[in-house]
Formats: sequence, C-alpha cells, structure tokens
Amino acid sequence: MASIWLIPFFPLASAVLLLLSTGRMPRQFAALLGAGSVGLAAVCVALLARAFLADQEVREVTLWTWMTVGNFTPRIAFYIDGLTVVMMSVITGVGFLIHLYSIEFMWEDESICRYFAYMNLFVAAMLLLVMADNLLLLYLGWEGVGLCSYLLVGFWYRDPNNGKAARKAFVVTRIGDTAMALGLMLLFTELGTLDIQPLLAAANSQWQTGDTLPILATALLLGGAVGKSAQLPLHTWLPDAMAGPTPVSALIHAATMVTAGVYLIARTFGLFLLAPPTQEAVAWIGLLTLLLAAFAALAQHDIKRILAYSTISQIGYMFLALGVSAFASGIFHLVTHAFFKALLFLAAGTVIHCLHHEHNIFRMGGLRTRLPVVFWSFLIGSAALAALPFTSGFYSKDAILLSAWEVPGIGPWLWAGGLLGALLTGIYSFRLVFIVFFGEAHHEPERQPGWKMALPLVLLCALALAGGLLVLPLAGVFPHTGHHQPNHLVEYISIGTPLLGLLIAYLLFLGRQVSIDTLVESPGGSALRDFWLGGWRIDPLYDALWVRPYTALAHWWRKEPLDGVYNGVVTVVQWAHHKLIATQTGELRWYATTMVFGLVLLVAIMLRNAA
Amino acid sequence: MSMALLILILLVGGLLAWRSEKAQANLPRWVALATVVISLAFLLATLPQEHTGNWLQHMKLDWMPRFGIAFELAMDGVSLLLLVLTLLLGLVAIASSWSEIDFKPGLFHANLLWTLAGVCGVFLAVDLFLFFLFWEVMLIPMYLLIAIWGHENKTYAAMKFFIFTQASGLLMLLAIVVLAWQGMAINGQLSFSYSDLLGLELDPRLGWWTMLGFFLAFTVKLPAFPFHTWLPDAHTQAPTAGSVLLAGILLKTGAYGLLRFCIPLFPQASMEFAPVAMALGVAGVLYGAVLAFAQSDFKRLVAYSSVSHMGFVLLGLYAWNQLALQGAVMQMVAHGVSTAALFMLAGALQHRLHTRDMGRMGGLWHQAPRMGACAMFFAVASLGLPGLGNFVAEILVLLGLFAVQPAFTAVAALGLITAAVYSLRMLQQAFQGVPDKQRSMPDFDAREMLAMGAMMAALLWLGLYPQPVLDLARPVLEGLQTLVPPGDTVAAQAGGAAIVLGAGL
Amino acid sequence: MGGLQIPMEHVLTLAGLLFSCGLLGLMLRRNIIFMLMSLEVMLNAAALAFVAAGAKWGQADGQIIFLLILSVAAAEVAVGLGLVLQIQRRFKTLDMDQARRLRG
Repeated sequence: MASIWLIPFFPLASAVLLLLSTGRMPRQFAALLGAGSVGLAAVCVALLARAFLADQEVREVTLWTWMTVGNFTPRIAFYIDGLTVVMMSVITGVGFLIHLYSIEFMWEDESICRYFAYMNLFVAAMLLLVMADNLLLLYLGWEGVGLCSYLLVGFWYRDPNNGKAARKAFVVTRIGDTAMALGLMLLFTELGTLDIQPLLAAANSQWQTGDTLPILATALLLGGAVGKSAQLPLHTWLPDAMAGPTPVSALIHAATMVTAGVYLIARTFGLFLLAPPTQEAVAWIGLLTLLLAAFAALAQHDIKRILAYSTISQIGYMFLALGVSAFASGIFHLVTHAFFKALLFLAAGTVIHCLHHEHNIFRMGGLRTRLPVVFWSFLIGSAALAALPFTSGFYSKDAILLSAWEVPGIGPWLWAGGLLGALLTGIYSFRLVFIVFFGEAHHEPERQPGWKMALPLVLLCALALAGGLLVLPLAGVFPHTGHHQPNHLVEYISIGTPLLGLLIAYLLFLGRQVSIDTLVESPGGSALRDFWLGGWRIDPLYDALWVRPYTALAHWWRKEPLDGVYNGVVTVVQWAHHKLIATQTGELRWYATTMVFGLVLLVAIMLRNAA
Repeated sequence: MSMALLILILLVGGLLAWRSEKAQANLPRWVALATVVISLAFLLATLPQEHTGNWLQHMKLDWMPRFGIAFELAMDGVSLLLLVLTLLLGLVAIASSWSEIDFKPGLFHANLLWTLAGVCGVFLAVDLFLFFLFWEVMLIPMYLLIAIWGHENKTYAAMKFFIFTQASGLLMLLAIVVLAWQGMAINGQLSFSYSDLLGLELDPRLGWWTMLGFFLAFTVKLPAFPFHTWLPDAHTQAPTAGSVLLAGILLKTGAYGLLRFCIPLFPQASMEFAPVAMALGVAGVLYGAVLAFAQSDFKRLVAYSSVSHMGFVLLGLYAWNQLALQGAVMQMVAHGVSTAALFMLAGALQHRLHTRDMGRMGGLWHQAPRMGACAMFFAVASLGLPGLGNFVAEILVLLGLFAVQPAFTAVAALGLITAAVYSLRMLQQAFQGVPDKQRSMPDFDAREMLAMGAMMAALLWLGLYPQPVLDLARPVLEGLQTLVPPGDTVAAQAGGAAIVLGAGL
Repeated sequence: MGGLQIPMEHVLTLAGLLFSCGLLGLMLRRNIIFMLMSLEVMLNAAALAFVAAGAKWGQADGQIIFLLILSVAAAEVAVGLGLVLQIQRRFKTLDMDQARRLRG
C-alpha cells in the first residue's frame, strides 16, 4: 500500500486546483471536484480498511524526510494502525456525505469554489493529522485544520461578526496549540525523537509512572487537546464558531476537527498512563465540561448553538473516557458522535436552509409534517445523542459510564456526574425536537430538500441507528482493559436516565404539564437562564482577564514608548546646539582671536606639563 | 574573481540604469531587471562545487598592504544563501516598483542596484575594513531611496534610519580598529583579515567591550529590542521597493554580522553575553507582536512584525546549538521572503488606494480576491503555519532554545499566539468586512502575481523540504559550535538571564 | 659658505616679531585685504624661521619648506582675492564685521 499518500493527496490536489481557479471555475465542476475528490479518498480508505481488517497489519509509509538537523529528523511519513483506519474512515466517509450535502446547500453562494477549496483543504489536513507518524507532522495537520476552521467560520467575511468568531476560534485554539508545541519541545529534548511509536517506547523505558516529566509533558499536550476539542477552559470559541455555513459545523465543529484532541490523547495514551495526575485531570475536565455545556445547552435558543454546546458536552464524555483509561470507548463515542452529530447538524442546516436562514428555534415549530425527512433525521439524531436504548450513542455512552463506575475511588463520582449529564442531554435534545418540530408553525418552509441533501441524511440516520453495532479494530492499539463486572443496578440506571430526560422534556415542552414559562420567569429562573444562555459568563470573564488588558497595553504602547528615550537624546543635543550657537557670530576676527587664545592656552598647558 | 565581478556588475548596472533614463523613461526598469537577472545567472553559473578550505570561494587582492587591508572576499553556504535571497528579492523589489516610480526612475533604479551591490559586498567581505566599507555603501543609497522617493514623512524617517545605522556603525568601526590593533599586539602584524583575527586570545574585559561594539551595530540593524525604533518609521515611509529590500535583506545583514563576526570573533564574550542577548530576543518577540497589534497603518504593522520575527533570529543565534542556529538561518531566509511579500502587498494597496490606514480599507477581498488570497497566504506564513518556511524556522529555534533555556522558550512561544492575533487582525481590517461600494481598484496583474507566486512557492518549498538550505548552512554552523568548549554551554550562563529578563519586563 | 652668519636668536626674534605683527593685524583689522596681508606676513615669518633653521643645520629641508610655503601663499592669495571680489560684489564693502552671514 505505497499509494496511501493518494488519500490525502486527492482532496489536497482538488483544493489547490480550486484555489488556483480563483473562482472562475463553473460551479458544476467545482462541486464535482470538491465532492468527488473526497469521495475518491473515501473509496481509497475503504480499500485500505478492507485490507487492514484482513491482515491487521500496521502499515508505515515514508514519503520523504522533512528535515534533518542533528538528531532531529521528522519525516513526512504515515503510520496506519486500527485507530488511524477508524479515524480516516470517519473523516472521509462522513466528510464525503457532508460534501455531497454541501453541493445543494451552497449552490447559490457565489463563492462555492472557495468553499469547496477550503473544505477539501480541511479534509487533507485532517487526514494528515490522523495519519502522521510523528508529532511534528501531526502538528502540521493540527494547525492546518485550525486554519481551515478559521477560513470556514469566517467564510461569509462581509459580516464582521463572522470574522470575529473566526479569529476567536483560531486564537483560542492557538493558545492550546502553543502549549502543545512546548510539549513537543519537551518530549524531543528529553526523549530525542518525535516519532510517536519510538517516543512512546522511549518514554516507557526512561520514565517511571508518576515522574514529573511525563506529567509536565502530558499536561502540555492536554493543553493542545483542550484547545482543539473545546474543553474547559478553552471551550469558548466553539459556540461562536457556528457563524460558519452549517455543513462546516457538521464536518469541522462536530464530526472531525474538534475530536482531534481526543485522538491526540488516545494516540499518545502511553504517555498519559505514565502520568496518573494528568489523566485524572483529563477525566475531571471532561466531566466538568460535559456538565457545564449541557446546562448551557438548556438555555440556548439558536439551533446551532444548542448543537454546539451539545458537541462540547459530548466531547466531554470522550475526555471522561480517556481519563478513566477507557480509550477504546472514547474512540467509539467519537465515531458514533460523528454520525449522529453530523446528522443533527445537517438536519439543522436543512431546517435553516428551508426557512431562509432562520436560527431561532422559537420561530420554528410544527415542522414535523412540513419537513418529514428532516424530522425523522432529527428524531433519530436526538435519540442517539440522548443515548436512548439501541441507538449508536447508547452503546458508546453506556460503555463510558460503566468504565467510569469501575474506577476505584473517584469512579462513582465520575459516573454520577456523567449520569447527570446524560439526563440533561435527554432534556435539551428533546426540547429541541419538541419546539422545532411540534406545536404551531410560525413559518412555512420555502422549499424542500433535494436528493443531495436528503441522501446524506438518510445514510447518516442509518449509521446513527446502527453504528453501535460496529466493531472497531482497536484491539491492537489500546491495552486490554479487562471485562466489565456486570453490575445490573448501575446498568439499569444508565439506561433509564436518558428516558427520564425525555420524559421531563415531554412534560415541560410538549405536554405542558409543568409550565416552563413560570419556571423561567421566576426571578431566580430568569437569572439562571441568562447565566446559562451566556455560557456561564465565561466570555465576559476572559474578556476582562485577557482581551481587554492586552488591547489596553497595546493601545498604551501604540506610539512606541521607547522613542521617548531616543527623543530625549535628540532634545539634549538640540538644547546644547542652542547654547553653543551663540559662539557662531559669523565675525571672522572673533574666530581668529579665539583661535589665537585657544592656541596660546594649549601651548601654555603643554609647556607646563613639559616642565 | 567572480565574486568581485558580481558586485561590479551591480555597480555598473546601476550606473547604466541611471544614464539610460536620458534615452527613455522606461529603460531604467529594464536595465535594472536585466542587471539583477544577469548577476543571478552569473552567481549560479560560477558556483564552485568544491570547498576551498573553509570557503566555497575565496579571493584576496592587496589594497592597502601597509595597514594590512586587503580586498578579500569569500563565500560559504550562509553567504551563498543570503546572496541568492538578495538577488531574488532584488527582482521582487524591481517588480513591485514597476509602475510606482515616476520621479527620476533612472536614479531610483541606480540606488536600488547600488544597495544590492552593497549588500552583496557585506555578505562576501571577510576583510573587516572592507566589510565596514560595504556596510556604508549599502546604507547611503538606501537613505536616498527613502529620502527622495518616500512618503509623507520621508525626511524624518530617512534621517532616523541614517543616524541609527551610522552611530552604531561608528561603534563597529571603533571595535574593528581596536580588534586589529589587538591582533597586531598578539600576532605581530597589522591585519584586518577575518582569518587573522579569528581565535585571538583577547583580554576578557577588552574582548567584552569590543564584542559589544559589534553587537550594537548588528542589533541596531537586525533590529533587536530596544534599538528597533528606526525600523517602523523607515519601513513605513520607504517606497515599496525600499521596504522590500529593507525588510527582506538589509535586516539580514545584522543577523549575518552576528553570525559571521560577532560570535566567532568573540566566542567567550558572546557566551557570557548570551543570556542578555536572548532576553533581548524574547523581549523583541513579544514587544514587536504587541505593537504590531496596535497599529492601524498596514506597513507599520508589518514592520513591527519584523521586529518580532527577528527576535527569533537573535534567540536562535545565542541559543547556540545546531537546531537553534539552523532555525535562525532559516528564519533569515523565510522571513525575508514572507515580509518582502507583505510589503509588496502593502505597497500595491497604497498605490491603488492612496492610503495605508487599515481603518479605511475593509472588504477588499471582494474587490481584489487575488490580493486577498496572497495576503492570507503570507499572513498565515508569518504567524508560523506548519508547512511554510517560517514554521520550520521558528520550531527549530524554539526546539534548540528549549534545550538551553526552557523558561525563555515558554515566554517566546507566547509569540506564536500574539503573531496570530496581529496577523488575523490585519486580514480582518483590510480584507474582510463590508466592501466599500464607492471604491474600485484593480486586482493584482500578471506581473505582480508572478512575483507573489514565486514567493509562495519558495515558502512552501522551505516549509516542506528545507533540507537544501539546511545542508548549505550546516558546515558553517558546525564551525560555530566548535568554538564553544564542550560542556560550557549557554545553559551554564543561565543564572543571570532570568534576572535580566525580569528587569526587562 | 658654512652655516649661518648672523646669530640664530636674532633671526628667530625677527620671525617672532613678524608673526606677532601678522597675528595682531589679523585680529584687529576689519578690512579683508589687510587681513589677507597679515596672513602673508605670518606665513613669511614662519618661512623665515625655516630658512634660518635650514641654514643653521646645513640642511636643504628648510629651503624646501620655504618653497612649499611660497606656493601655499600664492594659492592662498589666489583664493583670497577671489573671495575679496565676491565679498565686494555681495556686501558692497570689505569690512568683515559687516559680512557675517554665517552666524548661527
């Protein structure tokens, strides 16, 4: 399989072609190239996956040595194991469906060429990220997807708010990336390599579990993961990133890029196992994030922001899984989440598309009969998101919760937190369904989705339902974590909680047995609602902590304070000039006389010294 | 001899360009273009494959034998790299001013070529006196470029540039004379030749002060914090070609001077001084980035970003291990290309819109998508996106620095974040947002796209396969590392550095 | 011939007196022509000292310097007279206290 390089090459080449055409390519051709290249990559990945499943052999391909400086020899090389194959399948498979969907969604946009160019570039970068055999190449993909996210969030650049959201996304993730870069430097300095497998081996032989260095290194890597995967405390960019076109949110901000942090930790799990404190921090970060985001999702009224907070929350589950060493479950949840969250975003996009860019869920309603395909997609997606039994989300989330339960000591706490999150997930996901698709209609949809939009929805529905039956080829990647002790009570509670959430949502939003309005309009309720609506007021906090001091400092220094020093020198020189200028009378005789006297003085001094 | 001929071609080409104005107003451009192309071809054609001793090429003619001054030129990998960069950016400079200069185009191009000649001389001279001569030769035509063809505040900017460079150059001249005099005291004969002055056993105090003379001259040129204040003014006021040359190559002469003279001539003093130099580098990285963020003038923003990027060069040079040194050289090349491109872009914008104020731009992407794409490319290059040359440079510098000074590295890495902040702000202000319906402007034409495309290709090449550049520079940098007695690394000197940094901030 | 016939001191005294005269003239006269003449007197005083010294030591150097001073004086006169003409033309006077455009 030397032709593995073709997989990222197809979308990359297509992106280059589309960019070089500078928008003059006919849109049919742009769409064909954009979706086709990803489709081609998906076919290649499918072939690769089949071959891999047949022989379970790790494939390594080196294209060229990136640079050689002393013992620093990162290569442009790929490392394909089960984890990589899973990730590649998700990226190209879900990616292709989203590209197909995009053709219809973006058809009327004048910049469709640019759109597909960025999307293809993203797919290429994401593939490089997961295929990379060393951390530096991974970092290339990591930054590449960040750039594409920036470009796509700010795709409709005429609205300054979109630009602001895009910059926020880039800069906030860049903070994490910088920590990660420092982590790479630490790893290289200490272990002498950045190639992932030798690195893990070296770490295992040089470091003891619980040493300071692995803790520091993993903490720095975690910084990168937290930034990219929108976890606390760097999660603030993701809700704003919804400013981009909806398929972008589906691909980048739900299915693939935001899970890169999960991938990174799973890929370097050997390091994290050496650093139990960091790993515990991963679990707590995941738990806190999943709860925080779930509460925030309850109060949102922008359909995409609800989904964004739910994404943050679901990635919190994945972090929780990684934190309790249930790496395979974390990746499993990553995969099922990619299915149902992409489905939800695409369905939401269809709603937005058909209602002429309406985002507010309270101005939707009654769409159940008007957009049946979308309704069923949304229902299935929400069921999977809420982890109702026998959907894909159920299997993956259940596995995470059970693994959390079994952790000695903190396990039950993590489990209980995760359970509360599951309850909240049930409430907010069905709140969304009930408000958007039931009740009175406020708008008639302008149009119905065509086949290019419907087909991806249907396929993703199937995956969201049946994805739980997939067996991921991760056995060779992660250490075997023993069989679960079947604790039936725990299992029943885990199964029942989402149903309880569904019931609460029904009572509150559809059956109206309990009036949600009185709850919200009570003084405490409205304050809480505003607090959650503002995402726990973390944005204003960061604004006051970082953004405003920085801009104030920059503004204060704007006129170059150091010039004051040099201007001071200039002032002194000018002052001396004005004083000395008095001696310049212009009278020749005065000059001659002063010269004579100066000469006499000089001779006198010399004579005195000689004497 | 070919090295002397190279400089001669440029000097004579300048003369021809000047005179050709009389024949036809457009002729100087073509003469200048032809001159640079010929000299580039000449340089590559006469490139030797084999090293002669330490050098790729070496020549020596007597000049003032009485004072031990010779016309001595030599080329090694680093000088070759920088020469190629110089001539390529010379082409870019000519292309960028093709339709901009109407006033005395002959003299303009003459000054352009003479600046190039001076820079080539600086990169080649290994006689210290000759080096100083070329140092001045490159200064004067540059001064004229700013003073005659600059923008609204040109006299001030040109004077500031001249005084800073000249005053620091004076310190260097003093240091050169002191060094030569010391050389006479030790070797018994007066010589300004690099090879004769290398490895002198100087009195530590004297060595330290002499080193400081060189260091100041080079860091003013680099420019390093806190000697950078001439740069924003000079860059902003210079004509486009002037900014391109200034940012692309003149700044590199400072870095080259540190690499070629300051460190090898005074290894011990430099070693002791390294923490201070690195602290200045870190301060420059952050200070430049913060100020770049605050600017509303497009060119001023890019100018401050240069201060920030050259801080990495200073860091790389004084971290003094293979990774960091390679990173510093790489940064010289990559920054030369990316900043030259940004200045060319700024010049093109000013030419079209008659303003550099980003507050009066906005939405340009709509009117000029090609310019927007170029701006995007070079902005992300300058914020250090992997896959482009600047990333390779910065990561190598930081990797090397981490081994000696983890704390400095952590602070300097903040520069990666701040770079993103100012680069994206620039894109937002100029190219995104609501386009002004009243405004119409032409997009980049074929000539400009050709220059831009070449620079994009160069950065991609540097970012994805930098090995040729690294290989060229390696022998030189390995020579530098042998100057340090084993075990006596910069880390050993780290104690004072934290204090200096603390005081600096 | 054989060296200097008159005592060295006399010659040097004369040279010193001449030089002082010239210097005083330079400082006190306001007319530029007189200032130039005073300069000539000073130059010749110096030249006299050189000649005397050359004779005393029997060396040709003194006379060589004398020739040099002669030519310098001639050149100075040429330049000086040019200046005189220009000053007369611009300021309509030869009083150097009037011509002080160079004051700062």
